[in-house]
Amino acid sequence: MTPDLNGLAEHASAVRRDVVRMIGVARSGHLASSLSIVDLLVWLYWEVLSLRTDEPSWEDRDRFVLGKGHGCPALYAVLANRSFFPREELWSYRRLGAMLQGFPEVRRTPGVDAPGGSLGQGLGLANGLALALRDRASVPSVFCLVGDGELQEGAFWESAMTSAHFSLDSLLLLVDRDGRQMEGATEDIMSLEPVRDKFLAFGWAVEECDGHDFASMEEARARLGSRRGKPGCIVANTVLGKGVSFLENDPSGGRMVLGRDSMDKALRELEKGGD
Amino acid sequence: MPAPERSTRDAYGQALIDLAAADPSVVAVDGDVGSATRAARFAALHPDRVFNVGMAEQDMILTAAGLALGGKNVYVSSYASFLVGRGYEQIRSAVAIPGLPVKIVGSHCGVTVGEDGASHQMLEDLALMRVFPDMTVLVPADYTSALALLKNAVSSRGPVYVRLGRSPVPDVYADGDEGILPGGGRVLREGTEVTVCCCGIMVSEALRAAEVLARQNISAEVIDCYSVSPLPAQSILDSVHRTGCCVTAEEHFARGGLGEGVAALVSGAYPVPVKQVAVFDKFGQSGSPAELQEYYGLTASQIVSAAVQAWTMRRR
Repeated sequence: MTPDLNGLAEHASAVRRDVVRMIGVARSGHLASSLSIVDLLVWLYWEVLSLRTDEPSWEDRDRFVLGKGHGCPALYAVLANRSFFPREELWSYRRLGAMLQGFPEVRRTPGVDAPGGSLGQGLGLANGLALALRDRASVPSVFCLVGDGELQEGAFWESAMTSAHFSLDSLLLLVDRDGRQMEGATEDIMSLEPVRDKFLAFGWAVEECDGHDFASMEEARARLGSRRGKPGCIVANTVLGKGVSFLENDPSGGRMVLGRDSMDKALRELEKGGD
Repeated sequence: MPAPERSTRDAYGQALIDLAAADPSVVAVDGDVGSATRAARFAALHPDRVFNVGMAEQDMILTAAGLALGGKNVYVSSYASFLVGRGYEQIRSAVAIPGLPVKIVGSHCGVTVGEDGASHQMLEDLALMRVFPDMTVLVPADYTSALALLKNAVSSRGPVYVRLGRSPVPDVYADGDEGILPGGGRVLREGTEVTVCCCGIMVSEALRAAEVLARQNISAEVIDCYSVSPLPAQSILDSVHRTGCCVTAEEHFARGGLGEGVAALVSGAYPVPVKQVAVFDKFGQSGSPAELQEYYGLTASQIVSAAVQAWTMRRR
């Protein structure tokens, strides 16, 4: 199937604007890290995942685990734009009593399939989900999106072994390879390369894509194919802060909290991009 | 008295076998210690329902949490030192905060692990688990109560921690006793002058201590607090209201375990002296289980002595 690229780009633009607004209103949250994964999430939630938005707990749905929990504004905006809950909820993100907590909570938010917040744990949760679901008549797929920095967590590689050992071919891992982490470039702080070879050595099928190009994502997924017996990994090359020029590869690691003026500037840029 | 033949860990494999027959969603996660935790007996019958993820306690917890998210009724077991120690942050983030009904079973607790020594003798698991909101913490005294608690935990809506031991322990409960439920406790012996709150291997020690105290004309009430969190609060408070003093006994550090739980409960509701029998400020070491119990003061005679002290301190 050829993805409807224009449609996806419009959704991505709307989601980016919501992400900027919700973090602007909350005056708290990881903006640049959220923007880098918007296109991947839009692709998943509009093109790939089998879901019922009016039945978030549908047992045969595909599952999604956000390993990099700090990117949850992007997930929340995607879920709201896919009508899992009213978009108004976005404006109380991170407030006391809010449905949308600072990191994903599974029992609070419709459409959230797994908890997040502690880096390096997403893949292990996804493995458990894939094991639980693999004896169903129609096996749901399990998708997991992790940041590149969290590959430094040792437990992640315990989980990477488990995925391959149990031949979890219903599992697709996306690595958001923006090359940045809290204090700088991943390769300066703790080298991750060669990422592709690491996964290959662990028994995975690996492909790469441009994490901001929907056709590239679709092609990478097609190249992985059915990957009989192997978990699949797509290393998605992304740009931190994608879509907002003054945030893209911002040396502060994207921890900047936008003031009113910068928020307006960012929204104007995104309006233009969405036209 | 005949030598004890069954340990609490022996109940684990049997509980899984019994549960699996009734509930197809029951599965177990093992960390390559299945023959020691007795999960192997279950695995032999249901190889497709046990996931051995190897020596990877952090991943064990995550796999178990993921299985629970996928609708399975999950038991995960390993040596408590490593499962609770190394997997602590995974338990916190992936089980306790989301409130998933994962049954975490820590075996080889306390000094009665014996010869392996300090690294394997978990003495702080109760402290680590009972601080979590809504985590049920269970410490069975014998095979029968372990079997009942492990099986009854299956219907829990939140996370459960069950503490098991390596060495055989005397039978306390009659085979087939029902009504040993998470959240409960059992008054095993009624008395009027000192309350003994105990759990695990210290329950049979407490019952022996109560015999000795009776010969000294001190009437001890023994409560098996197999539910360390939540405590059987009403039974404890009713008892100290009558006796006016309390002793706690556990195979755990004095810090953070049953004793501190009982002391906090009692001091907030009906303050009476509480004396602790526990392991004070020392890690374990190698030795036979019996030698270590004696060395660390986890004996009936220590309970007798603490009971006499508590009794003399009471304000009457």
